[in-house]
Amino acid sequence: MIGLVSYLVFFLIQALIYSAVALGLNLQWGYTGLFNIGVAGFFLIGSYTFAILSGPPYLTHLGGFGLPWIVGVAGAIVLSAIAGLIVGIPTLRLREDYLAIATIGIAVTLQLVALNARGLTGGSRGAESIPRPFAELITNNFWSNVVYMVLVLAVVVAIYYALEAMVRSPWGRVLKAIREDESAASALGKNPFVFRLQAFVIGCAIMGLGGALNASFVGFTAPTDFLPILTFEIWAMLIVGGSGNNRGAILGSVLVWALWTGTGSLTQAVLPSGLQVKGGALQIILIGLVLMLMLVLRPRGLMGEEAVVSREAELGGEGRG
Amino acid sequence: MGQYIADGIILGATLALGAIGLTLTFKILRFANFAHGELLTFGAYFALALSTVLAVGAPLGTLTFGWGFILVIVLAAVLTALLAIVVDLLVYRILRRSDIVATIVIASFGASLMLRNVVVLIWGNQPEYYFRTISIAKEILPGVRVTSDEIFVVALAAVLMVALHLFLTRTRMGKAMRAVSDNALLAQVTGINVQNIIRLMWVVGGTLAAIGGIFYGITVQVGPNMGFNLILPMFAAAILGGIGSVYGAVLGGMVIGLAESVSVFWIDPAYKPAVAFLLMFLMLLVYPAGLLGERA
Repeated sequence: MIGLVSYLVFFLIQALIYSAVALGLNLQWGYTGLFNIGVAGFFLIGSYTFAILSGPPYLTHLGGFGLPWIVGVAGAIVLSAIAGLIVGIPTLRLREDYLAIATIGIAVTLQLVALNARGLTGGSRGAESIPRPFAELITNNFWSNVVYMVLVLAVVVAIYYALEAMVRSPWGRVLKAIREDESAASALGKNPFVFRLQAFVIGCAIMGLGGALNASFVGFTAPTDFLPILTFEIWAMLIVGGSGNNRGAILGSVLVWALWTGTGSLTQAVLPSGLQVKGGALQIILIGLVLMLMLVLRPRGLMGEEAVVSREAELGGEGRG
Repeated sequence: MGQYIADGIILGATLALGAIGLTLTFKILRFANFAHGELLTFGAYFALALSTVLAVGAPLGTLTFGWGFILVIVLAAVLTALLAIVVDLLVYRILRRSDIVATIVIASFGASLMLRNVVVLIWGNQPEYYFRTISIAKEILPGVRVTSDEIFVVALAAVLMVALHLFLTRTRMGKAMRAVSDNALLAQVTGINVQNIIRLMWVVGGTLAAIGGIFYGITVQVGPNMGFNLILPMFAAAILGGIGSVYGAVLGGMVIGLAESVSVFWIDPAYKPAVAFLLMFLMLLVYPAGLLGERA
């Protein structure tokens, strides 16, 4: 029983961390229509920034600042926001596909840096012994997980309410207006580039926060944690849950992560060790199939975007969502 | 230096062939096809599978392969073109019809991962080579050594590019394709069947991608991630040359190939793949239309 509970806690922590990232992507894609195919790159920045700022001193690479947990997390947020700014400025003025290409480029480049800049990141071995908050107070592994789950849950809830407030504010309405009809929005005096950049940078900052939470949870971070498959999983989570709906992003994260870990354990249990590689491939094909079927059959996801009708329009006739 | 330029031209030939299909898809179907790299991968693996079945024959001159391999290249190109059409039919065509056109980029990213893992499922993820024999490099210029296989690759790439130029400028189908890429609606009004042109585009893009993939297999190696590793340099080539411009894609491919190869003079070779990204990024920053792109 305790085994099941502790597994459930473990599962939920990971699913909640991914929900945070999916919420960031939802602000970019769901509300603003921005293609970020470099989610893994911003997650990477958050992870390594946290490891360097809050981790122990490392013999071979940068670190040892030993800053409090919250400072490490804040640093992760700031640095991934800066990365978002650098990528966003040249590409957000152009057609949407350019952002997709540029973000996948930054993700590949950052992975190369993580792998090769040994003095900064520890190279292929990565950074180890990344601390959790309250590590001195709670030594029991199970309770440490429970406390961490509560913490991550609180962070996700905070992000959720902050994003809900933002997308319902005039600022959020401008984002949707730009997504639906850019020229109409600019005719009303809104600069699409500025709003897009704001949404993109905030989204990237949330992804970096997710990376920091993950590094602190897992305890180590290595370049192989940030392959394109991570980006793909986050996208699948958002599309399955329903882009343009924050609750959908969280639901999708839990469901897709359950599917992913479920099929992972299944292939591990069923297939002989020689076929594990093929089992992993099959697992990715399955998630891909789920994503494709969702895109084709139910493009709005399990929870579609809610239709918003302006207060003035409610009086006169039917509004369209 | 000369050696690095020669290596750059060889890589550039592969990138250019891949970038042509990418730029055509971007112009005609108006989306960045992230699964284009997997067409190179599949082309290379189709050739691998075929070359074990078909007797490759006695080596031609100093090449490491015989006439049989030329047949293998042709068949692999046909299969890859078919694969491109099937993927279009199963995924992109359905999404083109729906209202949410934007999701097509995500679908292509998903298709890319799925196709890559289909390769792992069928062939495994170990690197493969077409030939057991080692090609011996000859000195063609002082300090520049290339193998006969590499000369074959560059020569065939040049022939294909000339053929593509003649096809686009001299044939009816080629002209129709350019018309659709300039303005699909207007082309349709003049009686051009746009669906046929889209299929033709996949045939041209798929064929060139397959041959590019085989070239990479001959000069480097075959592996499930080869297409994904080439997608960024190919996008960089297409953007550098100007999206939609076939000649731009060729020029961009050469520039990126040379830049990646020569960059080892100044930076750690491990960062080679980032060079393409950096060039693309700078181009987008200062001159997003590209070298040979249309002026807005």
